[in-house]
Amino acid sequence: MSTAISTNTTVEWFYACNVIDVPPNGGVCVKYDDVQIALFRFARRDAWYATQNMCPHRQQMALSRGMTGTHDGEPKVACPFHKKTFSLEDGRCLSDETECSLTTYPVRVENEKVYIGIMQEA
Amino acid sequence: MKIVIIGNGMVSYKFCEKIISKLSAQAAEIVVFGEEPRPAYDRVHLSEFFAGKTADDLLMAPADWYASNHITLHLGDPVQQIDRNTKTVHSYKGITEAYDYLVIATGSSAFVPPIPGVDKKGVFIYRTIEDLELMRDYAPKAKRGVVIGGGLLGLEAAKALLDLGISDTHVIEFAPRLMPRQIDESGSRILEQQLKQLGLQVHTNKNTSEVIGEDTITGLQFADESILEADMLVISAGIKPRDELAKLSGLETGHRGGIVVNEYLQTTDPEIYAIGECALYHGMIYGLVAPGYEMAEVVATHIAGEAQQKTFTGFDMSTKLKLIGVDVASFGDPFVPAETSRSIVFEDTMKGVYKRISITNDGKYLLGGILIGDADAYNMLLQTSKNKVILPPNPEDVLLGARGGSQEAGPGVLGLPDDAIICSCESVSKGAICTAVEAGNETLDAVKKCTKAGTCCGGCTPMVKDLITGTMKAQGKYIRNVICEHFAYSRQELYDLIRIKDVRSFDEALDHYGHGDGCEVCKPVVASIMASLWNDMILDKGNDVVQDSNDRFLANIQKGGTYSVVPRIPGGEITPAKLLVIAQVALKYNLYTKITGGQRIDLFGAHLSDLPDIWEELIAAGFESGHAYGKALRTVKSCVGSTWCRFGLHDSVSFAIQIEERYRGLRAPHKIKSAVSGCIRECAEAQSKDFGIIATEKGWNLYVGGNGGSKPQHAILLAADLDSETCIRYIDRFLMFYIKTADPLTRTATWLNKLDGGITYLRNVLVNDSLGIAEELEKEMQALVDKYKCEWKEVVDNPELRKRFNHFVNAPGAKDPTVKFDTMREQKKAAEWK
Repeated sequence: MSTAISTNTTVEWFYACNVIDVPPNGGVCVKYDDVQIALFRFARRDAWYATQNMCPHRQQMALSRGMTGTHDGEPKVACPFHKKTFSLEDGRCLSDETECSLTTYPVRVENEKVYIGIMQEA
Repeated sequence: MKIVIIGNGMVSYKFCEKIISKLSAQAAEIVVFGEEPRPAYDRVHLSEFFAGKTADDLLMAPADWYASNHITLHLGDPVQQIDRNTKTVHSYKGITEAYDYLVIATGSSAFVPPIPGVDKKGVFIYRTIEDLELMRDYAPKAKRGVVIGGGLLGLEAAKALLDLGISDTHVIEFAPRLMPRQIDESGSRILEQQLKQLGLQVHTNKNTSEVIGEDTITGLQFADESILEADMLVISAGIKPRDELAKLSGLETGHRGGIVVNEYLQTTDPEIYAIGECALYHGMIYGLVAPGYEMAEVVATHIAGEAQQKTFTGFDMSTKLKLIGVDVASFGDPFVPAETSRSIVFEDTMKGVYKRISITNDGKYLLGGILIGDADAYNMLLQTSKNKVILPPNPEDVLLGARGGSQEAGPGVLGLPDDAIICSCESVSKGAICTAVEAGNETLDAVKKCTKAGTCCGGCTPMVKDLITGTMKAQGKYIRNVICEHFAYSRQELYDLIRIKDVRSFDEALDHYGHGDGCEVCKPVVASIMASLWNDMILDKGNDVVQDSNDRFLANIQKGGTYSVVPRIPGGEITPAKLLVIAQVALKYNLYTKITGGQRIDLFGAHLSDLPDIWEELIAAGFESGHAYGKALRTVKSCVGSTWCRFGLHDSVSFAIQIEERYRGLRAPHKIKSAVSGCIRECAEAQSKDFGIIATEKGWNLYVGGNGGSKPQHAILLAADLDSETCIRYIDRFLMFYIKTADPLTRTATWLNKLDGGITYLRNVLVNDSLGIAEELEKEMQALVDKYKCEWKEVVDNPELRKRFNHFVNAPGAKDPTVKFDTMREQKKAAEWK
């Protein structure tokens, strides 16, 4: 399945897991070849987000184990190592402006199955 | 425009930060040359390198910060020549760069006095991370360390030697007293006395004439013919500005070093600036970081051509430091002559406290002062003198606090004028902070982000907090100690609400009392309250995702993302058979083993997916969770007690086991530690615990509110000569009262320090039952004790819960391939992180 976004980029949707595999209001780590993606489920607002699993601060594969939440309504995750928080909308670090941003991925749910979108250069 | 910066220290970094905030990447191209192999690091906290911080922890910003801000950084490549005619610089590695503006920030090097023998092996200077690494490698061979220099840097170096494990450390000072430039004679005497108590030998009036030894140092020879044997020497006798490049380029330098600059920090070539410790302004070198930052700001505004030009007009050299655990501060002019001022002195040789302030003859203004042993009042006094605040009618109140009344001495931080500088590292005024608060930045984090106050040394944080509360109160806002944006209640209020409404899940709590989705602050608070109230399995009812990360996986996350496992070993007593089981498990799952500070064994390096299997084997052998991952009872240490010890009065091990088994798994606002000693020799160190018990001839003494950690504090005697049963009842009451009333993440020591009425009030509540709640507290504790279950056993027995211990949701059992280990002393260790 692929959807055209603009003339030269398409999104490749890959099947990550089932809805039931992800704890409500929590996260899991998804393996996509050699890439680790953190997938978050905000059950209270029925929203899904995905980012790189690696926290850029100490380069630890940990964000999927982080605590989710919101700040002024903006969804975020806190890294379990040093509690740096990142926006799940655009990946920017909320607690330290000099910190690198996270890569984010679109998420789609169909028939209780969760798909993560990977950008493909045409 | 192109700006080249020579040097990459703290001031150079600060200049980069300031210039990019004023000029866009298109407007200015920035190139930095640094001599050291790593980017700018925090030299102020260099001694923390030995206290466990890594070189990376000390970096001002990671190397990629420069690239992502379009700054070209050449490391390990000092500039060797400045060609002022062609406006180019040439580096050691052969790079040539043209500049429009050149900023010299070469800092300083250690001044090494010309003593014969300073080139011997075992002689070090204390300046860079490389120097520290050399010292660290050499220190294990050294028995006695000596530092030449009893000034600020010398005492820092002595602290470093102590941190390196050289307990026999000596300081040699040429002058008759320590820190002659900052403090007076009486202050030096108290400081010396305090340092001696901490194990540091101090020799003043000593003129070192030679470093003796063949190739390697064996001792020091002094001018008075005496000799001190030593196998390691650190020279820290002052700094020497790095002005050689400026000299070579024909810029004017001072006789005793330093690049001459004007009030814009311009050298004799107006397109070349010098900032930091290499700059000489009005005959003075400013050897602190705050004036260096101020210089960086002046040059950045000058180069950026900002409408409001700033100038450098000298800088207040007031400082506050903690030297080897002793507060030392001086502010204003610490040496005002007696004719033009009066002084007020407070000296307590018992506690090692010395305070002196100089005030004008009319008693109206504070001119300066010195504080040794207790410098809590430093910020307030500094601002009072800087801003010429009129002193209270009894000026001694600013030193000693008002006595006889509950009113606070002096006008407090809110009485300062708006232009008073609160954060001297970042030059943030009181006005700027109050304006930020009025604009809606009502938390410390928000103010930090908005004004940068408190982001450098953090010393002004208490004043910033006071300003936030004060400003909000002045606006008529009711200040409540609420948990976060999602719950407008204090922890104690929320505790009562959750109890009354019988709330059992975070979602329910949010539905009833909160709004939004929660966050990393309120989630663990609510989870902890529910655990303290109900003692339900913490991973049930969707509560797993609101537990702090360690609680969520019932293990402690470590570097690299693996976990450590700590089985409970009550009282530190373990059978050889159980030791064998731990060894077998460690071998099977390839775990690093270490004895903890709490008489237990920690097994490190377990993959997430191995945790349930590891625990299955441990539980089968009779172990249970040690709750090392929770804000819960950790361990009850014990000495061996009367069963073996010839001094032991009672069986401390049995009592420790009884207590640990009673309160195991008890969740609280913070972790709880305990210990039982079998006699007054106190081998179990019970007085450093949240609650500690010491055997007496007649029974047990119960102490509460002790703490180790960064702010050690002795526990206070709550009740004496108790029988075992009464002792446990008092502990029940103490713990339950703490759980019900403490703020989140507050240890019992801090809680007790803040408790109105202190230990007298606490004793009244717990022992005399002044609130009439003692029975209720005991009942509540008994209910929790009765509900205890080992949470790891519940996980091991539950296939659904076990499934959650996987790294990949779509590849169960597969381990995180990025986890890497190194080897050290025949065991593995986590690969160093970046």
